[in-house]
Amino acid sequence: MEGKVLNTTKAESAVPDMLIVSSSPHIRSNESVERIMIDVVIALIPAMIGAVYFFGLNALKLILVSAASAVAFEALIQKMLKKEITIKDYSALITGILVAFNLPANAPWWIPVFGSGFAIIVVKQLFGGIGSNFMNPALAARAVLLASWPNIMSTYVLPGADAVTGATPLAIMKFGGVDGTASATVAQAGSNLPSILDMFVGNIGGAIGETSAVLLLLGAAYLIFRKVINWRTPVVYLGAAAIFLAIFGVPADEIIYHILGGGLILGAFFMATDYATGPITSMGRIVFGIGAGFLTALIRVKGGFPEGVSYSILLMNVVSPLIEKFSAPKIFGRAK
Amino acid sequence: MKLENLTFKGGVDVPHSKALTEKKSLEYAKEPSIVYIPLHQHTGAPCEPLVKAGDKVKIGQKIGESKAFVSAPIHSSVSGTVKNISKITTPTGMKSDCVVIETDGTNEVDESVKPKGNLDNLTPKEIIGIIKESGITGMGGAGFPTHVKLSPPPEKKIDTIIINGAECEPFLTSDHRVMLEMPEKVVFGLKAIMKALGVERGFIGVETNKMDAVDSLRSVIQEGDNVEIVTLKAKYPQGDEKRVIDAVTGRKVPSGGLPMDVGCVVSNISTAKAISEAILEGKPVYERVVTVTGNGVNEPKNLIVKIGTTFQEVIDQAGGFKGVPGKIIMGGPMMGLSQFSTEVPVIKGSGGILVLTEEEALAEKESPCIKCGRCLEVCPVFLQPLYISAFALRKDFEGAERLGALDCVECGSCSFICPSKRPLVESIRFAKREVLAKRKKSQ
Repeated sequence: MEGKVLNTTKAESAVPDMLIVSSSPHIRSNESVERIMIDVVIALIPAMIGAVYFFGLNALKLILVSAASAVAFEALIQKMLKKEITIKDYSALITGILVAFNLPANAPWWIPVFGSGFAIIVVKQLFGGIGSNFMNPALAARAVLLASWPNIMSTYVLPGADAVTGATPLAIMKFGGVDGTASATVAQAGSNLPSILDMFVGNIGGAIGETSAVLLLLGAAYLIFRKVINWRTPVVYLGAAAIFLAIFGVPADEIIYHILGGGLILGAFFMATDYATGPITSMGRIVFGIGAGFLTALIRVKGGFPEGVSYSILLMNVVSPLIEKFSAPKIFGRAK
Repeated sequence: MKLENLTFKGGVDVPHSKALTEKKSLEYAKEPSIVYIPLHQHTGAPCEPLVKAGDKVKIGQKIGESKAFVSAPIHSSVSGTVKNISKITTPTGMKSDCVVIETDGTNEVDESVKPKGNLDNLTPKEIIGIIKESGITGMGGAGFPTHVKLSPPPEKKIDTIIINGAECEPFLTSDHRVMLEMPEKVVFGLKAIMKALGVERGFIGVETNKMDAVDSLRSVIQEGDNVEIVTLKAKYPQGDEKRVIDAVTGRKVPSGGLPMDVGCVVSNISTAKAISEAILEGKPVYERVVTVTGNGVNEPKNLIVKIGTTFQEVIDQAGGFKGVPGKIIMGGPMMGLSQFSTEVPVIKGSGGILVLTEEEALAEKESPCIKCGRCLEVCPVFLQPLYISAFALRKDFEGAERLGALDCVECGSCSFICPSKRPLVESIRFAKREVLAKRKKSQ
């Protein structure tokens, strides 16, 4: 090394010519997109089992068809657009399962195929793929299916092997009769409602993945424990919905039916928490929850439909960038 | 006042990886046969050489100095003959003149190295003078001259001194071992700073993963020292100056401000030790504790290394490379600087030499941002790293600045946590450099 300028003596040492040089940090956590998505799939398993238990093999068929077509459509469109195929990140699988969760048990097989296709191709991939979509793909698919085939999408099957159609608790509260159309008095309607235990367990009419509050909450608790989702959006959403329902005149004993019935639990914990379509700031998440709760209560009480979760979340998806803009956290050490 | 398990908001749990060296006592490295001592190891003006080729030098002899206030003199770490003065690139990437000295083996110590008296008899001015003459700089890596830090403008009233023993970087244990084996030097250094600034309140903050160091420090604190040990929750980046101040005092250093804006001075453990040695032994900074570690070395160690020893020589004393090294880092894995070569010298700010294996060093595949928001949750400055990074990657540096890029402390928590393995802090750092360069230009 005599008199030699340093940094030019590599050849003499045991160090390879090409050390890896990069900007810090030099270590990364074990977090990965795949792991997050697998956690969501795991969290959906109890509700999937519940769907099959309550609605039979038809529910299983819908879930399988929907999931398979979502994954297939993602691979197909990415191949056509000459993009990297990313089905291994499991996000398309989740979209497929969630599309199926929003369907009545007696929907024909092509409904989930169309729904998953719309969700993956139009809502997700055409807007840039994972992280870039501005609306929740599964909910957008539900909205399109409901607008295109309203009969299929709003004729619900009651739990049980005989697959009898009947009204959901929300429809009973809205329209009165057990067939969801007759205009009975509110008092009669109350007597037609299922027990709160059935509501909680999921032994009620509705879309296959939305009825069992307990199984959905089990999955949600897992996601919160694993820090995949943050409690703010769903908890504030449920709380706000309850408060606004009361403000709009829903009697106190019926509010619990509103919380457990329809797609509120599924929507609050699995749809409103979708990363790409909701705010990332803490304050933004609270605002999102309040807004979604308000809209859900408004649509359910004042609107023409018995259910309003999907539209509420979709509307909030659209204003999320705005919410984010006005809810940026205050930078450390800066005055207001 | 609560002094246990204090913390700050944000941050990440990192794998500590300290088991490799935390139980290994300090030991002296072998005397190097040749040292390469850069004349620019600190923030501020580079030093001019005081020696020339052929000169005899002794241990502790001043070999470089600058007239600028913001600078710190350089001392020889060996006795021997100056071979030449050449340009090198230091491990921090600076181009610097470098004094190359061949050791003569006599270990003769310079006459200037003698005790400077005891603390009671020294005036604040004298203490700061000793610190300046001893070339003491922030040894946590920043390399800011300590005498400058101890000379705040009169309108800034300092009332709290904190010695930062968080050592939150994974793998590094040099501060830990110093606290454990030389607690009296750390406490003495703190008391010297307190005296220099006329401050009655001193803290030493230590993360809870080093409770043996806490006990060791407590055992040497005397009644009337006005020094207290604060335990800090082991969380990265607790050792960041502003995080330490926040945890210990609850004060928030304003954006763009300095610790003195909230009445605090924060110093590193090795800096406190150096101050103690400068006063009690008259020893300038010519050696330091270096943790040589990582899965890429055979025998990780805590070595006391002469400044100017090459990384290669230090690594050889830790049993050499285990397998093929992938990355060689000065400092820890979160904020350390990866090196192009092992033929770079240990400088005052080299608290660690970390060797990662080839496998550990390979970059993971990056994928699109899924907007999970984890980077926001962990950012200790409450920035929105994903959006600043997006601006930076589009080369919209004004956009990045608008979102607070300059407030970024570059701790790397965002990149660490990112499930998509995106280059968040890397791109924000790039934007900061661009913004600052542009500002400089327009001045």
